[in-house]
Amino acid sequence: MNRRSALLSRVIASPYIVWAALFIIAPLFFVVYYSFTNSAGDFTLLNIQTLHKYLPTFLRSIWFGIVATLICLVIAFPLAYIISQKSEKAQRTFVMLVMLPMWMSFLIRTYSWMALLQDTGIINSFLGKLGIDPIHMINTGGAVILGMVYNFLPYMILPIYSVMAKLDYSMVEACQDLGGNSFNVIRRCIIPMSIPGVVSGITMVFVPSVSTFYISQKLGGGSFDLIGDVIERQFQQSYNYNLGAALSLVLMVLIVISMAIMNHFSEGEGEMII
Amino acid sequence: MKKIFAFLLALAFCVAPLSVAFAAKGDDDIESLRGTKLYVYNWGEYISDGEDGSLDVNAAFEEKYGIQVVYDTYDNNEVMYSKLKSGGVSYDVVIPSDYMIERMIAEDMLEKIDFDNIPNFKYIPEKYRNLSYDPKNEYSIPYTVSYVGLIYNTSMVKEAPVSWKALWDTEYENRILMFNNPRDAFAIAQSILGMDYNMESDVAWRTAAALLKEQKTVSPVYVNDEVFLKMEAGEAALAPYYVGDYLTMHDNNPDLAFVYPEEGVNYFFDAACILKGAKNKRAAELYLDFLNEPEVALANAEYICYGSPNEAVYTDPDYSYYEDELLYPEEGSFKTQLFRNMSPETLALMSTLWDDVKNYVPSANSYSALFFGGEDDAPGADAEKMTAETAKYAVCIGVFLALVIAYLIFRFVRKKYRENA
Repeated sequence: MNRRSALLSRVIASPYIVWAALFIIAPLFFVVYYSFTNSAGDFTLLNIQTLHKYLPTFLRSIWFGIVATLICLVIAFPLAYIISQKSEKAQRTFVMLVMLPMWMSFLIRTYSWMALLQDTGIINSFLGKLGIDPIHMINTGGAVILGMVYNFLPYMILPIYSVMAKLDYSMVEACQDLGGNSFNVIRRCIIPMSIPGVVSGITMVFVPSVSTFYISQKLGGGSFDLIGDVIERQFQQSYNYNLGAALSLVLMVLIVISMAIMNHFSEGEGEMII
Repeated sequence: MKKIFAFLLALAFCVAPLSVAFAAKGDDDIESLRGTKLYVYNWGEYISDGEDGSLDVNAAFEEKYGIQVVYDTYDNNEVMYSKLKSGGVSYDVVIPSDYMIERMIAEDMLEKIDFDNIPNFKYIPEKYRNLSYDPKNEYSIPYTVSYVGLIYNTSMVKEAPVSWKALWDTEYENRILMFNNPRDAFAIAQSILGMDYNMESDVAWRTAAALLKEQKTVSPVYVNDEVFLKMEAGEAALAPYYVGDYLTMHDNNPDLAFVYPEEGVNYFFDAACILKGAKNKRAAELYLDFLNEPEVALANAEYICYGSPNEAVYTDPDYSYYEDELLYPEEGSFKTQLFRNMSPETLALMSTLWDDVKNYVPSANSYSALFFGGEDDAPGADAEKMTAETAKYAVCIGVFLALVIAYLIFRFVRKKYRENA
């Protein structure tokens, strides 16, 4: 009986294993393979050696990613807490509102920010009516970060909210009974208990922010090249799969390292929720 | 009852193709193509599609020959090339630009066209045949012919610019648009420097790249199709773009004007070709022929607004751009150059230099070194230089990481301390 169920579970799992091998392991293998070969398919370290040239782009991407993630965290944490304190019906509505923008394509939403932010755009023409001089917002680093925050904020709110909604409220009461004021309740009770949500939120915002390419092209005016832009260019424009793969490999390693650091925070404080 | 009906239906199915076959004895091979599919890969917004009562070219082709057109689009030659090269797709007809056709011929990606099947080729005059990219005219039939030029907004630029150098003018800082693809962007710098667009010299390309880096002092915005949105909204003062698209923009914003800068411009063709291994070659030839039917070519020329190489179109007095002086300028009235295919080494160099240009952040002192001056031009030197911006990011990230690590250590120490206590 036992052996049969083991066999059964293996049979049931096999499509997923095939799927994982085909669409996760194989592409990863190709990324590594292309990184260490030239266009003729011979082994070379040239791709890796030219990477230092892209250091400024890497640094800019990482910094923009960090800033966008921190802003998301600052906005999302109180918001998730407020939502989790509402009645169940209100919670459902709020969660739906958070997800609402995701019903529309990411590309279209970013493109519309262009129309909002530009010098003759909606915000500036509104300011003009109020008699305020137009503010130059588009094609700046700030606009790129704004685009990241706007697009990835839901990925921060939802995991934090889902942890807070399941939070054992008797702990909070115990904290209050022990004489904690509201500051202490938040610091000693709510924050530690919601760390798993925060950690997965940070990962889910930081990873796409670092690797994004469309936002920086449209809102940064092409002057704030992120590493995603460079990678896209290698594949689409230059037909240099090898350099593109090498850049992607470094990006992946960076992301794995930052996720390892993040997981360190949630260590022993509950499992990561994604 | 049902059986009789089924029988009649079956009979009808048998007879129908027969009657069609009898009706068209002469064009046996064409009739046999009925019901087949033709895969076409073209630029976006590059065929009359029935919008605003224009002719829907693909639908008309389907109706005439019963061949279903499967139509996909791309937004630049390199994307098209990468897609075809990666082998994930198969198309019959593709419409690349001149230099890309030359490259595809060299790489044996194109099939020779049987010109006996293209009677409408007679509308293509001698001057548009046997061009440098296809010297014996075996692989391609010109689809559009056009120029790059300088678009400017008359409400911001008082005096009509005559030179590409206007794109380096600090007066228009933040309001200058620039091509977001290396080939077109480099062509502008090369025009200013009086260079050949297709040179194979490292030093020359580096000099052109240095000039493009100088342009960063005016914070140009690198755009593709957003140029329409930005120029029509009056968001930018100057933009280099294709004359055909200028005509479209001008319809939406009459403040816009267009010049051909004195240093010379890129002159280009997009031409229809058949890909090697096309599964429906005969249908592809029918399609190419159909594109050169005078009515079809006229509908396309009206829709795309690019110049047409079809004599029946540009000699038609009813054509909206009949003898238009921008679209069909007098030959030799300004300098023009065609793009050619270049060696893989030069193409790779161009891509690397373009990455450098995009990454470059001007330092304050290079501001005075506008145009050819300054020490910045030393080839390759600035790629190594750590700019102020990079240093800033490095410091910020460093501080952030230091804080994170300090916090981790603090936690670790506290944990140990509590365990001991």
